[in-house]
Formats: sequence, structure tokens, C-alpha cells
Amino acid sequence: MANKIIMTAEDIRRTLARIAHEIIEFNKSTERLILVGMRTRGVPLAMRLAANIEHFEGVKMPVGALDFSLYRDDFNSLGLQPIVKSTDIPIGVSDRVIVLVDDVLYTGRSARAAMDALIDLGRPQAIQLAVLIDRGHRELPIRADYVGKNMPSARDEKMQVQLKEVDGVDEVAIIPTPPVKEESHEGS
Amino acid sequence: MREVKQKDELAPEVRPEILATTPVWQHRHILDLDDFAPAEIELVLETTDAMKEVLSRPIKKVPVLRGKTVITLFYEPSTRTRSSFELAAKNLSADVISLSAQASSTVKGESLVDTLATLEALGADIVVMRHSYSGAPYIATRHMRASMVNAGDGWHAHPTQALLDLYTIREHKGGFKGLKAVIIGDIKHSRVARSNIWGLTAMGAEVSVCCPFTLLPAGLDVVQHHFPKVHIEPEIESALCGADVVMTLRLQLERQQSGLLPSIREYVKLYQLTEARLAKAKADAIVLHPGPVNEDIEISLAVAQGPQSVINEQITNGVAVRMALLYLLAGGSR
Repeated sequence: MANKIIMTAEDIRRTLARIAHEIIEFNKSTERLILVGMRTRGVPLAMRLAANIEHFEGVKMPVGALDFSLYRDDFNSLGLQPIVKSTDIPIGVSDRVIVLVDDVLYTGRSARAAMDALIDLGRPQAIQLAVLIDRGHRELPIRADYVGKNMPSARDEKMQVQLKEVDGVDEVAIIPTPPVKEESHEGS
Repeated sequence: MREVKQKDELAPEVRPEILATTPVWQHRHILDLDDFAPAEIELVLETTDAMKEVLSRPIKKVPVLRGKTVITLFYEPSTRTRSSFELAAKNLSADVISLSAQASSTVKGESLVDTLATLEALGADIVVMRHSYSGAPYIATRHMRASMVNAGDGWHAHPTQALLDLYTIREHKGGFKGLKAVIIGDIKHSRVARSNIWGLTAMGAEVSVCCPFTLLPAGLDVVQHHFPKVHIEPEIESALCGADVVMTLRLQLERQQSGLLPSIREYVKLYQLTEARLAKAKADAIVLHPGPVNEDIEISLAVAQGPQSVINEQITNGVAVRMALLYLLAGGSR
């Protein structure tokens, strides 16, 4: 089965423009906002949102990058080590409104880890969540404030988000489950 | 297959990153740098960058090693290595127990293997050991399932010191390719020198050693297949000429009694790193020392506290490097 493309580069561009407007509208001002991208693909998304907000409102937004590897709840069961990169947020988070940005919202566990990581850095006035894709299957009571596209999916499907800055191309696709036969050969 | 399945249970948004990491880190123990590939050293240094950011926060604590037990077992005295490991483990929220030979059942005659069995039964996940016998941590790995970190064994190896030296060098020089590093002092009895030779040469630096012939390890001057190539420079001025990195070693003063040095005064005269001698190195050369410093013996006080000295940075970086190593070790499944 072929990959099913659900967002093209043009779709992603329009969606990020809409989310930027929603962020401005919902917060009524951009004064206390910081956009924080969750590594890896949340970071370029946060930068694009910041560029959009700058274009619409003429204000330069602070943008940060957050690595939440050290806050994961599945560290013991991974059997391998996620690479930890630096967290880099240009200004203190205390009394600021943080918009966390990620590519896909799924179980909610990454968002939970990211919130814990943020709270260790200070006491934000509020934390909001912006995602490009919400694919459902939440395991924690977490929802996004800004959603690019709701894309109900099966658990065994893979959601592949590719962004120019990381992957060289802008595209969101669903990769169907490989046939059972192939899987039994994998990793043996 | 099992690992692939586990990955599939993860939130897919983090999956690409994890897949990117799998082939690099293969170590269950950290015994020496002789079995570290350049990519593995690079991974440690990159992870250290992230840990340094944690150390810069007002609350220097992350929860990643919650529920893990780290035991430090020191058969030799130590200030910085031990406290550095313990701080590193605590910053990652591990539980830490520290044992020293003087205060343990060793004085009642308990053997190393028995002690390790006890630590295992207590539930140690990682044991950090310093021992005066070369090879002791290797024997230890055969008698326990916990991860072993060698915090110095005899004259043989001190891998975490070498990694923190590498990290400090990378911070100042950006990389290692083509760097000229000089190690001055008692090479023969130095585990720091040996581990640094492995690490520096693996990363592409050129290493010279400078010491009296009595303090040169036997066989270092002949080409060997099992040890990296180093240059031997008996004369300090020519050794320092054009150096980017100058590493001085602690002269163990008790060596003088063993007849290897005619006198400390002669050693000071011929091998002490002074400001005048350091001027032969590159203007931006950095000076390292693993500590503790014998002031005005292997290094003059003016150099040790001078603008080119990075001795205090080494100590700070040591905590971050050890956090990175504990993190990488604890992530593996048993």
C-alpha cells in the first residue's frame, strides 16, 4: 500500500497561518507569549509560527527549543537512549504564557513530559499546546488549544510529518501497517 | 525484534529521534576509552552539552534516573571524582550510596567479589569503582549484572577523566582534528595519560608525551599495534612548541623515594610548566591538570591560576560528563 498524503506543503503553510491568527486572537496580545518548540520537529514549526505572527502583528516573538527526554515516563522500558539535546529558551518562563508547539499529538505523554520540563524552569502564567496533527488515542487528560488537522488514525498506522528544515520536504503522510509477513522478518 | 515492538508502543512523534540513536551506544560498562568509537565519544560529548544546560538552571535536577541506585565504591581516596559522580547521580534523581574501603567490610577482610555480590543484592544499578589494582573493574564486571563505571584503576585507565578533558578541549577548540596535544609528567604511573591518549588519538588529535625516561612506560617508544601512536619528546621546550593543548599530570611525590627521580628539585627544573615555557605553545593554548595540583612542582602557581588554565572548568565539566554517562548507561535494558 502506498503512503497516503494528508497534508501538502501548501496545506501546512495555510494551517500554520491560521494557527498563528488563532494564537493572537485567543491571547488578545502577544506581549507575554513565548513559543517553545518540542524537539525535534516542534522547533521549526514554532519558528514558522513566530515568523507568521511577526508578519501579521509586526512583533518579534521569542522562540525556544525544549528537550523533554529527561522527563519521559518510558525511560526504563525503552531499552535504548534517546539523544538528549539542549533545552534553549531565550528568556525566563516565569509569568509568561508558553505556547508549546509539536508536530503530532497522540497519547499525550510527550506533552506531559514537556510540561514537567517547563515547570522545572520556572512558573509560567499559563501553558498552551499547538499541534499540526491530532491523531487521537489519548492516554492522559490532555488536549491541544490549537490544532492544525484532526486526523483520526488506527494505532498501528504511522503518522509521518516531514518538514523542510529537518527532512528537506514539507509533507504529512499516513504510512499503512506493513503486511504481517514482512514484519516477522524485521529485526530478526 | 523485541526492541522493535517496544518502539512501536511509543508515541510516534518521538520515534524518528530514537531510531536515529540506536546504533551508536553499545556500552553496558565504561572501563576505558580503548573500546570507544569516535561516534560514541561524540555522543557522550553531545549529551554532555544537554547536561550542562541542566546545570545552568536554578533547579539543577531532572527526574530521569528516579528509582535507580548508584553506588560509589572507592578503594582509594578521592575528592573531585567521587563528589562529581555523586552530584551527577543526584542531579539525575538517582539514589546514591557511597562506600569507601576504609569504612566498609573490606577492613574485616571481605573480598572485592563478595563486596560486589552484596552491592548487587542491595539492588545497585550502576557501580562506580576506584581501585588501586589495574584491571579490578574488569574482574568486577564478571561478578555482577550492574553497570560498572571505572573511576580509576591502578595505572591503567580513568575514562571519565579523559572524557571530561575531551569535553573541555572541544569547548575551547571546537574539535580535535589536527590539534597538537602534549602530556607532561609522570606518564608511567598515570591512568589519566593512558585514557587521554586513547581518546585524543581516536578523535584525530596528535599526542606527544614529555617526561624523564624513568617515567616513560616501557614499550611506548616502539611502534605497537595495540596502543595508539604517540610522539616522545624528552625535552619540554620542543615538546611545547606549537601545542594547542597542554596537559600536566600530578607528580606523585612518593615516586621520588622509589628512585625513579634523582630529586624533586631536578624534576622541577627540567619539567615544570612555567610561564616562560608555556610561551612556546600557541598563544591560545589551554592548560589542563586532572588535580589535585602540587603547586610549583609539576606546574607553576602562575600558570595553574593563569588565563590559559582551564583546571576549574574541568571540574565543572566533570559533573556534566558523568551525568551524560550515567544517563547513557541507565537507558539500556538489562
